[in-house]
Parts: sequence; C-alpha cells; structure tokens
Amino acid sequence: MKTSTRHKEKLLFEGADWDFPTLQRIHDACEDIALGELGLDVYPNQIEVITSEQMLDAYSSTGMPLFYRHWSFGKHFAHHEAFYRRGMRDLAYEIVINSSPCISYLMEENTATMQTLVIAHAAFGHNHFFKNNYLFKLWTDAEGILDYLDFAKSYISRCEERYGEVAVERTLDAAHALMSHGVHRYAGKTQVDLRQEEKRLQERRAHEEKIFNDLWRTVPVGLKRNKSDRDLEHRRAALGLPQDNILYFLEKSAPRLHPWQREILRIVRHVAQYFHPQRQTKVMNEGTATYVHYNIMQRLHERGQLSDGNHFEFLKSHTNVVFQPMYDDRRFSGFNPYALGFAMMQDIERIVTEPTGEDRDWFPDIAGRGDPMAVLRDIWANYRDESFVSQFLSPSLMRRWRMFQLHDDPEVQEGILVSAIHDERGYRRIRRQLSRDYDIGHTDPAIEIVDVDLAGDRRLLLQHRATNDEFLEEEDLKLVLQHLADLWSYDVLLEELDSKESVVRKHVAHPRTSSRQSEFA
Amino acid sequence: MHIIDRRLNPRGKSLENRQRFLRRAKDAVEQAVKRSLQNRSIRDVLDGGEVTLPIGGMAEPGLHRGGGGIQDRILPGNQKFVEGDFIKRPPASGGGRSSEAGEGDGEDGFRFVLTREEFLNIFLEDLELPDLAKRRLSETEEVTPQRAGFSVSGSPSNIAVGRTTRLAMMRRLALHRPKVEEIEALQKQIDECDNAEERLVLEDRLRTLTLKSKRIPYIDPLDVRYRRFENTPKPVVKAVMFCLMDVSGSMSEHMKDLAKRFYLLLYLFLSQRYEKVEIVFIRHTEKAEEVDEETFFYSPATGGTLVSSALAVMRSIVAARFDPTEWNIYAAQASDGDNSYSDGALTGQLLQQEILPACQYFAYIEVGEEDGDSSMSRSPLWTLYQEIRSAALPLAMRKVCRRNEIFPVFHDLFQKKAAKAGATP
Repeated sequence: MKTSTRHKEKLLFEGADWDFPTLQRIHDACEDIALGELGLDVYPNQIEVITSEQMLDAYSSTGMPLFYRHWSFGKHFAHHEAFYRRGMRDLAYEIVINSSPCISYLMEENTATMQTLVIAHAAFGHNHFFKNNYLFKLWTDAEGILDYLDFAKSYISRCEERYGEVAVERTLDAAHALMSHGVHRYAGKTQVDLRQEEKRLQERRAHEEKIFNDLWRTVPVGLKRNKSDRDLEHRRAALGLPQDNILYFLEKSAPRLHPWQREILRIVRHVAQYFHPQRQTKVMNEGTATYVHYNIMQRLHERGQLSDGNHFEFLKSHTNVVFQPMYDDRRFSGFNPYALGFAMMQDIERIVTEPTGEDRDWFPDIAGRGDPMAVLRDIWANYRDESFVSQFLSPSLMRRWRMFQLHDDPEVQEGILVSAIHDERGYRRIRRQLSRDYDIGHTDPAIEIVDVDLAGDRRLLLQHRATNDEFLEEEDLKLVLQHLADLWSYDVLLEELDSKESVVRKHVAHPRTSSRQSEFA
Repeated sequence: MHIIDRRLNPRGKSLENRQRFLRRAKDAVEQAVKRSLQNRSIRDVLDGGEVTLPIGGMAEPGLHRGGGGIQDRILPGNQKFVEGDFIKRPPASGGGRSSEAGEGDGEDGFRFVLTREEFLNIFLEDLELPDLAKRRLSETEEVTPQRAGFSVSGSPSNIAVGRTTRLAMMRRLALHRPKVEEIEALQKQIDECDNAEERLVLEDRLRTLTLKSKRIPYIDPLDVRYRRFENTPKPVVKAVMFCLMDVSGSMSEHMKDLAKRFYLLLYLFLSQRYEKVEIVFIRHTEKAEEVDEETFFYSPATGGTLVSSALAVMRSIVAARFDPTEWNIYAAQASDGDNSYSDGALTGQLLQQEILPACQYFAYIEVGEEDGDSSMSRSPLWTLYQEIRSAALPLAMRKVCRRNEIFPVFHDLFQKKAAKAGATP
C-alpha cells in the first residue's frame, strides 16, 4: 500500500491530460536522463505548443517558423490540409528546428505520453544531433538562422513593395527550381555566419546610397568596352568554372540581374544550404532521435515516473514509428529512415556490449568496448548517412532484415538480376550499394556549368554526367532550363553525357523576351 | 527551458500564401477549363455535377532523374532468392523505381474540383451575348408580392381573418372564457328566480362571469395575424432560343451531331445569362413542324428541303407566343446548305424582312462531313445568306466539319468584342 502511493508520487503525470507544469516536469525528467545518464550535449530548449492548423502552417513552409511569402507554400498547405481533413494522413507529432535555442513544436492534441515522447525525441535527440554533428556544425549557423530568416522575410517583402509582386515571384520561382543545385557540396570556405551576412548587405546598401550621384549616369562610357576586352581572359578565370552551384554562379555572374535579384538568389541559396545537412543525415538524425527517446522512455518507466499504461501507449507509437514493411508488402516504399537508423543504433549498442566473433572481425574498433553511449556520441558527431551505413551496417542486421540487392540492366533480357543476398559474398556488396543510395552526391544528378561563351552570344553551357545512363526527366528539365535562361538572360544549353563521356542529348532554352526587357533588363 | 503557448497566436499565418496560391491557380484553372472543353463531350458538362481538373501550371519543377539506365537497389525481406536469380520485369518497366521516386512527389493528384456552375462561369467567362439592348432596357426587374405566411404586424387591409379568429378561439378555450350562452342562461335564471337568497348567489356568479369575460376579451391584439407578403423580383428578361434544323435525307448523323453540339452550347450559354430560356425546336424537310427535343434529335425523317418552311413556322410561333418587344429571340440554324433552287427567293425574303428584325441574333451553321473541308464549295444557302448579310443585321454564319471545331466556332461567334462584328465569317 505504502509503496504504491509513493510510486504514485513519483509519476510525472497520470492519464492523458497535461498542462504547462506537467510539460515542465516532463522536460526536467527527460533532461535529467539525457544529460546525466546518456551524456548528451544540447542547445537550450524552447518548447512551443501549437494547434493542428499551426502545425499545417509550419509544415508547408518547410518547418520554419518564419519564412518569406510564396505561393508554393500556400499550395503545400492546401495539399497537406486536404489529406489531413480527409483523414488520409496524420500530422507529424513534432517539428523541430535546428536553431539555438532549439525550438520544438508540440501539438496541443497530443496526450501527455506523446508529449513526453516528443520532448525526448526532438528536444533531446534531434537537438543533440544538430549541435554535435559535423555537417551541421560546418554548414549551419544555429544562432543566426532565425534572425536571418526574419531578415529574408522582410527583405523580400520590401522587394515586393519596390519592384512588384510579379517580378519577385518570378525570381523566386526560378530560384526555387534551381534550389537543389544551389548548395556548396564541399567545404572550401569559412564557416557560415548568417548574422554577418545580413550586416554585410546593410552596409553595402548604405554605402551605395551614400555614394549615389545621379550625375554618373551621364558620364560617357566609351572607354569601358576596351577595358572589358582586355579583361576577358581574366574574367573567364574569375567565373570559377566549372561550377556545380548554379545559384551561386548566377548570383555572381549573371550579367543582367538586378542587385535585389542577386540578393534573392542568395537568400534561396542560404536556405538550401541550411537544409543540405538534413538531406544527408536523414537516417542518422531520425535514428539518433528515436534511439534517444526510446532510452529516455525506458528509463522513465524504470524509475517509476511513467505508469505501465502510459508506457504501453508509448510502445505502441514507437512500434508504429519504427515499422519497416518488407519489399513485397503493399505498404513498402523504400527503407524507413526511423526504422533503419534505430535498428543500426541498437545494433551498435549490442556490438559494443555483447559482441559475437563475427562482430569482432567486422568492427574491431568498437566491439566489446563496453560504453555504448560514448561510441554512439562519437558516431553521431562524425558521420553522415553514407559513411554511417558503409561503416556500421553489420552482417547480423543485414541477415535480420534479409536484405538483398537487385541489379536492373535494361540490356539484359532475362530480367532483373538478384546480384547479392545476405550471405558472406553479399554483405559487403549490399553495404556498399546501400551506402551509395544515401550519398546525395551520387543520387542527385551531377550537373555543372562548364563554359560561358563570353566573346560570342554569351551562351551558358551546362553538362549532366548521367551515371549508369540515367538521364534527366525531360518535362521538368524543360521548365527548369527556362527559368535558368530567364535568370541568365541569354541562351542556355544543357548537354547530357552517357557513361562513355559522349554527348547524347542536348536541351536548349531561350530567355523569355518579355522578362528580358521588363524584369531583367 | 522555455515553454511558450503559441496557440493563441494569430491564426492563418499562411493565409497570404494561400491567397497567392489561389490567385495563381485561378489562371491555371481557366486555361485548363478551356482546354478540357475542346475534347470533352458536351453531355458530360450537362450531366456531370463536378468537373475535376489536374493543375499543370502549378508545378514546381526541379532537376531530377527520369529513370531508365542501369539501376541498383537494396530491398529488405528476401525469403526465396539466391544470388544469380532473375526476376521477371513487371510489365510497366521501372515499377520498382516509381515507388522509390514516389517519396518526394506525392502531388500528382493535386486537383481542383469545380462545380458545374463554377465550371460554366469560367468556361463562358469571356463570351458575351450580342446585342443586349433589350436586356438592358428591362433590367429594372418587375417586383411581384408573393404570399409568405403570416406575421404579427402589418396593415389592417392584410388581416388574416381566419387565422386570427382561430387563434382567438384557442385562447378563449384555453383560458375558459365564459360563453355568451352561459351568461344569457344565467341571466334568464336570475330573471326567473323567486328566492332572494338564491338570487343573490346567482347574481354573484353572474358578476364573476361577466368580469371574467371582460378580462379575457373575445379577440385580443395578441391573436391578430396579418398576411405576410414578400416581394419577389420577377425577371422580365425572357429569352427564347429557336433551333432550326434540316433533317432531310442529305443530313448525316455526323452532321446532326455537330448541330446538336452547337445547340447545346448555345443553350448552356443562354441559360447562364438569362433566368429562363425557352427552347423551340423546329425541324424541316420540305415542310416544317415544331417538335419536342427527343423527336428533334433522334426521330428519323426524310424528304426534300425547303428552308423557307422552317422560317415560316418560326415566324408564326414568334407572332403567337413570343412578342419581340418582350422577348430576346435567338435562333440557330443548322443545315448542310441544301435548298431547293426555287425556294431561294422566298427564304431570303422571309429571313431579311421577318425573322432578322425580330431576332437578337441569328446564327447559321453549315455542317459538313467529318472528312470534309471547311472551305467547301459554296452551297445554295451559304450563297444566299452571304448576299443578305450586312453589318447592320444580326446574322452570323460559319462552316463546321469536325467536332472539335464546334467550340472554337462558338467561341468566335460570341466573343465579347465581336458582338457587333458578328456578321463577318
């Protein structure tokens, strides 16, 4: 009797209801385990309670709390809403933002158990990952992002006032179409500092305004031509070709863009770059968060802070999240990053604590080291999906999931070849291939700007190297090239090279004259 | 740690985005509607309550691979394969690929659903009825009062006597108002009564009853009901559409189908613009008759061709039922262009002097065989009408051979700016 009442005192909450003090208690309990027992290192947390409609809002603007205005976000909202209203899809339980403080959105509809799960998952799992993973450290600026987005939003709305919504929308449409090719893939420059970025622009603008003198317009420009002729060689080098960051190239070199258009390209590019690490760490990020929430929830239950019933409710959601349908299941749609990530994290824990002989052969560095959290923290900090899979996908997990590899060569008449299965001969091949599937350098089409005909008609030349002879989808390509040509203001030619390095397809786009004269001239 | 309650933040943060999206979508929908009607059969528009449209102009393109080439994939759940097995390709090649690509682009099914009304509004948006003079004149709609139940207030002339007395009686019964007979009987009793004591009792009762009957009036203001009238606007604008069709032997099924499509479009169009549209079907061979829709389109008939007969029937119907000062009269005539040589003069005269002055618009559609040429040789009727035609007359003529030409021709005839110039081919 006595023990059970004491037990009750320890409970964080009873039933499904929660209020703000409950959230505080939940957070503190999770924090105790996350920092004290798991040794996580996180940004300060900010938890925001929102309604389902606000969740839809956040969804449709790629999860960011403040974002510039664009019709496509309205489209996504309508799309998500339609699905949600018809009950075809649930809303995500949470959205978490890589910022400092780290903002997690909680939906008011969630039960207390779900709020605990979300706090453990987002406010500690994702938060730790954001703060410690090298890609995020290198490419994102958690302190500056919200201020930068605020700046971007007001900058773009000022542009709309000055230059008209249509012109801004056209520029944004074009920039969005090229967004996936607006990132620097390799670290070559100094760390991003978005606050500096904003200051830099303000200073430049102030300077321009200070030195503005209308008389300069009337100065004859005859000499300039000569000078540009002399500079031609120099400029070709300065263009920095070849260049795979198309937006960057346009921002710096497109001849007829207005300064405000360059700034919009820059904003879109920064946003793309900000999300770039997330694309490369889906499995790891979700796996980390899932592993963290699972351990925190287990510990809460062990400590008697979570009742059996609520723990059972948690297990049910958890099982749904990490469910992996097999390839012949109707629900199958590729690997579930939550499932694969979580399974690999648990597998690593097993290897560290109770290794088999096979594990010792495959993972001599970590097998039997005895401190799973230290090993995992190290992995979370230093890998991305591609390297993570290629290093830590174990034979035992491949067997458990019964993985196999299909090789589909259209030239082969017999059909699709089963080129590897989960056996001694197949482990390495499967692991290599799966790791490649997570390498966005390999999955995204490799497109580069290779030349500009500066002396002639200023035509921009791009090349796509089709790995395995898989060419670009033409319908979309046409539209994207049109956008590209509009920004560049001259013709654009894209060549596709097959695996033998010979040009097999050519696509040309001409700038739309109207935009050339009115918007971009 | 901070906990912030954002639930009371202004809602609809994405409202602006949604509005922008709708603005953009509207253009796309308009284009899609126009395009869709080129191929859609008109029946569908008439029958279908909803029209569903995929949105093409709303795409957000991006550079991605289109499938094909050599593909390698890792899948979970192998139960039966060993290395070196071959699996037959699914009939649609790259089926496995599509499920993989499905991850990012779940928006193929993004559709707009328009009701028939919305669809028609968009569809007919930039069309205009030619010569709306009459309509403009009579745009002040006539208002007629219509009975609409009862009300507790109103003018004395509108008292609903039956309803009022019924309510009064209900009240009287409910409150036990003494009946007149009852009082009269009591009075009589008093008059006949000898005993003084009894008489006092009776008089007392009488007093009570009279008092009560005074307190509970026979008709209380509460009972009074008035007839209520609502003013219903009655459209004075009336339109009638005459469909004239040659059903002689030379008209093939294909030609009739073309004609029918044109009539349907015209009807749709008119019914968008007018409250009520009457339709009169007149078919003719060498003699004309007014028929119902079923007979008009589907009942076979053969014979020669006398166009004047149809015009004559139309004239008499107009005279009998559709006074041109009150009605907007539209006529559409479809024919393969044949007419008896001897009939030409009469037809011309009828059309020019009787029919056209009465009409808002007279459209002549010359239909041809599917493999025919739009610029086919001049038919007797075409030649005749062309002679009559002048800028001042509301006569338009077109040649149509293929189904998909119907809408463009229709669109042409009723284009907003072309209202006056409708007579040029």
